[in-house]
Amino acid sequence: MNNAAWQDFEVALLAMDRIRARALLRTERLEEAVVSSLESLVIPSLEQIGIRWEAGEISLAQVYMAGRIAEELVDEFLPPMSPQRTDQPKIAIAVLEDCHALGKRIVISALRASGYELTDFGHGLTAVDLARRVKREGVQILLISVLMLHSALRVAELRKLLGDSGDCAGWLPPRLIVGGAPFLFDSRLWRDVGADAMGRNAAEAVSLVKEAVEEQK
Amino acid sequence: MSSAMTPLQRVLTALGHQEADRVPFFLFLSLHGARELGMPLRQYFSRGENVAEAQLRMQNRYGHDCLDGFFYAPAEIEAWGGEVVWFEDGPPNSATPFLSDVRAIAGLKPPRVEETPVLVEALKAISLMKEQSSLIPILGVAISPFSLPVMQMGFEAYLQLILEQPEAFWQLMRVNEEWCVSWANAQLSAGATAIAYFDPVSSPTVIPPDLYRKTGFLVACRTLPRILGPTVTHLASGRALPILDDLAATGTAGVGVSALEDLAELKRVASGKLALLGNLNGIQMRHWTAADAEREVKQAIAKAGKGGGFILADNHGEIPWQVSEGTLSAIADTVRRWGHYPLDWIDESLT
Repeated sequence: MNNAAWQDFEVALLAMDRIRARALLRTERLEEAVVSSLESLVIPSLEQIGIRWEAGEISLAQVYMAGRIAEELVDEFLPPMSPQRTDQPKIAIAVLEDCHALGKRIVISALRASGYELTDFGHGLTAVDLARRVKREGVQILLISVLMLHSALRVAELRKLLGDSGDCAGWLPPRLIVGGAPFLFDSRLWRDVGADAMGRNAAEAVSLVKEAVEEQK
Repeated sequence: MSSAMTPLQRVLTALGHQEADRVPFFLFLSLHGARELGMPLRQYFSRGENVAEAQLRMQNRYGHDCLDGFFYAPAEIEAWGGEVVWFEDGPPNSATPFLSDVRAIAGLKPPRVEETPVLVEALKAISLMKEQSSLIPILGVAISPFSLPVMQMGFEAYLQLILEQPEAFWQLMRVNEEWCVSWANAQLSAGATAIAYFDPVSSPTVIPPDLYRKTGFLVACRTLPRILGPTVTHLASGRALPILDDLAATGTAGVGVSALEDLAELKRVASGKLALLGNLNGIQMRHWTAADAEREVKQAIAKAGKGGGFILADNHGEIPWQVSEGTLSAIADTVRRWGHYPLDWIDESLT
């Protein structure tokens, strides 16, 4: 696969050209296995889109639509219940306290387009409710999206509730990956609240999940 | 210019792209008013008297150049029958969007300001502040018709509406324009000096400039001339640089700019066309020391102060609850120490 293909895929996504994007993905699949085509085509294009958004070159609306289209297309080739999606650590995502869920939606699309399956815990959750659900469902990688500063600061409460070292029954706290506007405006905030990592955009969230999955294998 | 101006004179001079006695500065302390009165946020915003008293007290303490008539963004959603979710240490959110079915747009009618208790209280706060001080500009706030749907129908559904259902989109804009004009003009009638036209969705951070020119720009061009007073467009931390000329063409007097962009570059492009309001990083302010505050304020003044056309402020239009009084004082002290025109220290520091 050459560089031009993922760049073409990126152009098709940003132009909301589903037909062209589907054709590129189909061509790619003939040559390689599904997961490797994600690695060579979808993930690089989403990474580039994330970099360009952070640099102010493209807008959130474009990132959102590109992610949705990529997610839909990859679903055609890699259905939600495919073993390649489900044979992974348990991943979940939530919006802590805030009622604004677009950031979460964008991250879900990027992860699903990259071949991961995850559970959406929704938005407007308190730290207590979220910690309870994380423990009950055995989440191993938890992504937190926030819009407001006070919600970002609640991650510290969540971290405290989840603990750092697990319990005697063998439960281990999840890897905690945060993202959203307050973390972009203050690069030390994610450490202040006790997160394990911060994704500056949806593609970075994918990279961080990939690292966490490999660590947990 | 050496003689002291009133805050109103100072701000008007800056908006006219002239140098006043010193750089004007705005501290947007809508949430801090509750702390000032020792009240929970919800109780604080339940009475206009609370807001007027707290804003006047804080202006007296810090000496900033405006009074903040803003309550909270979803107050406008209450007018439409939507609900608000409260937090103890941050701005309220709008709850579940009330426009869950696009077909409902066809029957939508703009609400009436006088039938919404929280907005009546906001008007009362503006009137009381005006009674107490005619020399300090009072800033009212109206969410733009183009940005209000994020709270009316949710961000994701709204993006889909813009991109895929132009007819319903423009129908919603027509209704929202009527609402925005009536709410903005009610604030001006109550005593507001100018209106901050909050329009984050128009920022290139959110939609591409070419789409803005076909949507939010046209909405602003239709709405702003009907607002019977000066306006400043605020993009609420979103980027502005690629659309500065378009913003100027809407007739707005200034723009609230983001910490994500270089203030010197913004000033170069906006000079003589748009006054700049910004761009202190409100999120980082949470952990600023007095030395940090001085460095950041001096840097902003050095980049954008010369020639007027600049009002120092945070970059979001609302300083977070978590920012300390010490930091606010340090910002105010630095402006008073380093903000006096002709700002010769800038040239001296470069040589």
